[in-house]
Amino acid sequence: MSDQTSQSAPKSMFARAWDSDFAYNFRRTPVAVGSAFVVALLVLSAIFAPLIAPHNPFDPASLDLMNGFTAPMAANEFTGDVFWLGTDDQGRDVFSTILYGMRISLFVGFSAVLFAMVLGITLGLIAGYVGGWIETIIMRAADVQLTFPAILVAMLIFGVAKGITPIEHQDKMAIWVLILAIGLSDWVQFARVVRGATLVEKDKEYVQAARMIGRGKGIIMLRHILPNVLSPVLVIATISLALAIIAEATLSFLGVGAPPTQPSLGTLIRIGQGFLFSGEWWIILFPSVTLLSLALSVNLLGDWLRDALNPRLQ
Amino acid sequence: MLTFVIRRVFQSALVLLIVGLVAFSMFRFVGDPIDNMLGQERTDADIARLRTDLGLDQPFPVQYVKFLKGAAEGNFGVSYRQGRPVSTILVERAPATLELAAVSGFFAITIGIGLGVFTAIRRDGFMANMIMSVSLIGVSLPTFLIGILLIYLFAVELGWLPSFGRGDVVNIGWWSTGFLTASGLKALILPSITLGLYQMTLIMRLVRSEMLEVLRQDYIRFARARGLKERSVNFRHALKNTLVPVITVTGLQLGSIIAFAIITETVFQWPGVGLLFINAIQFVDIPVMAAYLMLISVMFVGINLIVDLLYFAIDPRLRVDQKGAK
Repeated sequence: MSDQTSQSAPKSMFARAWDSDFAYNFRRTPVAVGSAFVVALLVLSAIFAPLIAPHNPFDPASLDLMNGFTAPMAANEFTGDVFWLGTDDQGRDVFSTILYGMRISLFVGFSAVLFAMVLGITLGLIAGYVGGWIETIIMRAADVQLTFPAILVAMLIFGVAKGITPIEHQDKMAIWVLILAIGLSDWVQFARVVRGATLVEKDKEYVQAARMIGRGKGIIMLRHILPNVLSPVLVIATISLALAIIAEATLSFLGVGAPPTQPSLGTLIRIGQGFLFSGEWWIILFPSVTLLSLALSVNLLGDWLRDALNPRLQ
Repeated sequence: MLTFVIRRVFQSALVLLIVGLVAFSMFRFVGDPIDNMLGQERTDADIARLRTDLGLDQPFPVQYVKFLKGAAEGNFGVSYRQGRPVSTILVERAPATLELAAVSGFFAITIGIGLGVFTAIRRDGFMANMIMSVSLIGVSLPTFLIGILLIYLFAVELGWLPSFGRGDVVNIGWWSTGFLTASGLKALILPSITLGLYQMTLIMRLVRSEMLEVLRQDYIRFARARGLKERSVNFRHALKNTLVPVITVTGLQLGSIIAFAIITETVFQWPGVGLLFINAIQFVDIPVMAAYLMLISVMFVGINLIVDLLYFAIDPRLRVDQKGAK
């Protein structure tokens, strides 16, 4: 008897997660494991940038102008210092600026997607569940916005927000404005998918039952329908993250994003472009490679997630 | 058919009205136009006079209608930064962007369809597989990195092509063209590849998948059985029937080419409308931003409308369906 109970004892959370179809599929897909590894590595090194980075690129005291334009892995001709990935014109260690830049890129990317997700899910749930003229207004607005490329919408929002903020706060606010601009340019995808899924769910029996026992609209939407429409949202969120990171880099590269005082990867590439002709290739190459590996691995992860969560392919 | 056209035109007009409202609100509420137009030494009388001159003392709907009227006549006010009428600046800049967009569009469509057909016919060939893999990388690279890469290769390392500007241009009336000089043509190559590459890969992948779909069908087998030449089967029978989705996507992509020209123009310092727009954002030059917004929406809405109407011209089945529905 005691043997039997120990046999059927519930497995730990971790073991159950490890045994699930989802985890099995993940382990058997080398591309997914590889890209997850790259994403984890980059995110962790961005989070722990202050511990990993050999220099603090934003502390003027640690900079030595004599170290400017040191090539990667070469000793500087004046100071003899060696930098893994070289230095830029002001003697900032490129490796450290990339780590700090990635922090800003990832922060903006994650926050923008989170913002777009919350906004899109809310509007999508309301449009799908409540319907009527509210739905018409929301979905018409979505259609109009979808006529224009997201990056253009983000640029316009950035420009308008810049016009509203007073000049002395512009640099400080730039990151938040960027999050707002990219988030607002991206909510439509979420709203459309959530609305579609809500329309399917809202007439199912469990929702009718919840309505019968007198639950409010808000509770039904959040506690009953939302959990059942989340899996397509997850897929869109991953793909949106890659797009948001690239959008942020593009805006910053164009000079309408993160300011030079808080450089993101895009700002670093913008700065590096000026040194392309004078032969300092490392200032632009390493931030570009980092951006590319980040965007590509998030994208691949999103592709895998879409296939893994698609019930038709299982 | 007619009801469909009327409804589509009405919808397009509605979108333009909404965008116009957004543009007008930017104009009216972001920054104070009076502040921007009058210098430091202004008197209250100046402010009051300009306020009446600009019609800022009138109610909001009246101002909005006036703004729309002005916009329809191409009058968007005066640029805060350059102090010249926005319409003059736009007319000056438009040829550069339109020429760039036309060349990239041509490049994307011809090479895209060509490679799409090639990769579909030689589905298992080595070259076709190579092209497909490379195109995957092309889709994931951000536009500005492609531009920088091309500049590095062909301008810095090889020194074959210029890295910025339009080269020498010839003025024909108000239109300045780069097509007539050697340096102008050389300057077009890198920017148009940068701008058109994404659309090219998109068209190529689309044509390929549509072709693969069509080539499996009975009428293709039948055409082969009739002893038609392979070329005739591929192009006259197969390609022709892939064109409906291709034209849709291509048409919609033409709009994005104009929008994404902003990025390419910044990378190559190409003196077009996109570069003007980016500079306007950096300096919060609201009249230029509003005018660009209106211009590009007219273009987008117009293209969407034309694409929708083209369906009827291209696909006879749709016309039959509509008649049947009646």
